[in-house]
Amino acid sequence: MSSISFCLLAFSWDSVLGVLLWIVAAIVVLALVMTFAALSVVAERKVCAFIQGRYGPNRTAIPLVAAIPMVGNFLKRNGLMQLVADGAKFLLKEDPLPEHVNKFWYMLAPVMSLSPVLIAACVIPLGVYWSGGEAFPLSAANLDVSLVFALAVSSLGVYGAIMAGWSSNSKFSYHGAIRASAQTVSYELSMWLAVLPVVMFTALDSDNPLNLFEIANAQSGSAWFVLSQPVSALVFLVALFAETNRLPFDMAESETDLVSGYHTEYGSFKFGLFFVGEYGHVAVGSAIFATLFLGAWNPLPWTEWPEAWGWISSVLACLTFLLKIAAMIFFFIWVRWSVPRFRYDQVMSLGWKGLVPLGMLNLVAYMAVSALAY
Amino acid sequence: MAIVVERKKLTLWEKTYIPQTIGGLWITIKNFFRPAVTLEYPDQYPVIPDGYRGSPALVKDSEGREKCVSCQLCEFVCPSKAIRVVPGAIDPSSPYSHIEKAPKEFYINMFRCIYCGMCEEACPEKAIVLQKEFSLNVDSRDKMVRDKKALYELGGVEPDKIMKWKRVKDAAELEESK
Repeated sequence: MSSISFCLLAFSWDSVLGVLLWIVAAIVVLALVMTFAALSVVAERKVCAFIQGRYGPNRTAIPLVAAIPMVGNFLKRNGLMQLVADGAKFLLKEDPLPEHVNKFWYMLAPVMSLSPVLIAACVIPLGVYWSGGEAFPLSAANLDVSLVFALAVSSLGVYGAIMAGWSSNSKFSYHGAIRASAQTVSYELSMWLAVLPVVMFTALDSDNPLNLFEIANAQSGSAWFVLSQPVSALVFLVALFAETNRLPFDMAESETDLVSGYHTEYGSFKFGLFFVGEYGHVAVGSAIFATLFLGAWNPLPWTEWPEAWGWISSVLACLTFLLKIAAMIFFFIWVRWSVPRFRYDQVMSLGWKGLVPLGMLNLVAYMAVSALAY
Repeated sequence: MAIVVERKKLTLWEKTYIPQTIGGLWITIKNFFRPAVTLEYPDQYPVIPDGYRGSPALVKDSEGREKCVSCQLCEFVCPSKAIRVVPGAIDPSSPYSHIEKAPKEFYINMFRCIYCGMCEEACPEKAIVLQKEFSLNVDSRDKMVRDKKALYELGGVEPDKIMKWKRVKDAAELEESK
């Protein structure tokens, strides 16, 4: 923030350059999240097809692109041109604005569903670089409380669902929104209970334990938190599934009983925003999980990319992290096509009677361990 | 007699959902690596079994003689009235003139055909046979009414072991020479 205000107060080329760099970083992160969201749409269709013994989309072809030898066929067989077709469909279809909706909130909801995800992505450290013997995160913004920021802002996405459900003036949407909000409230609690032990362990040798970069650093060259805190990881993972409204906690959408849940009344590009928002949420959730429990950019537990390699290490770290996000997204999809949806009361009882007590016990246990370790 | 299904009490470990979830994930990942069972239809064609009831067509015997004697039994038996036969006489100069009749025209309306195979069953000469063709694509409605030429092109040659008409002719010639 300081450099922006500085820029406004006194013009100087250095501060302009600083702001420009920020903008570039923000655009890179945004492009990254959007790319992951788009690719996970294809991955979802392909993985579900493979699981069900099918091929998935492999026929859509853009005439000139498909004619390129090797590449064209590769893109076609892997459904990557299907992605373009889907995107074009969302853009070109009629954009309905039903008569019976509350126009303002109806229009705002899709934006509200997507933008928190993109904001939250800015604080996630994608990698590490060294300068003057000190490590810095490769992130668009390095906040002191980036963990709190990321989790708080990304869970604002549920406001999009609530706005959509309320403003759509339809019972299906309304029920979807109510379920989404109740589910988020229930699982937010256990999510935080699962995060706190991680923060406590980080606090053992860092004075800024709410920073994602510090949490990642605490796992460099030592055990990943998934190994030292498997229960926290499990609780966080289940809560993450609920937060991102993915199956088996697909309550907000649950197309079997609610037509399409909170976005029943939406179509065309507005629906596209919800759609991308959901996958963006999955990507950001995966990134947070990878940072918290899977050792962020470290290749294996008890190892790290050596500082001596300089920028090569930074690139490798970045690739490792992206690979971990991709693996987590695959896991999300894999679970979606394996586990059937819970009933609403089962979701609630699992949350309140299962995960919250488990999270609390887990927290108390690690509190004791941390107290002894001090 | 009422059957009581014993419901096993779940253990604590089973109640956590974890073993079932892992079991489910194991099954799906095994399927993930199995080859797809999809037949990519227009590129790959299915194997059609023998005796398949595809579109009916006229056939010739191994000498290239048209088997149909235009008895019109198929036309009569066809439940959907898809077949129209225009009977005609065989030219006296033809070596097969003793058969006397052959169709002048033969139409099968493929819009009407229901692929029941009754024409094949009714035919005393085994002249009309259901083919393996199942996908009919034309660019105008007229082409769905197949004429004699198209039907013979589709049916081709169906070898005949008995050669009934040849025997009839041979017997008649033998009788004459005596």
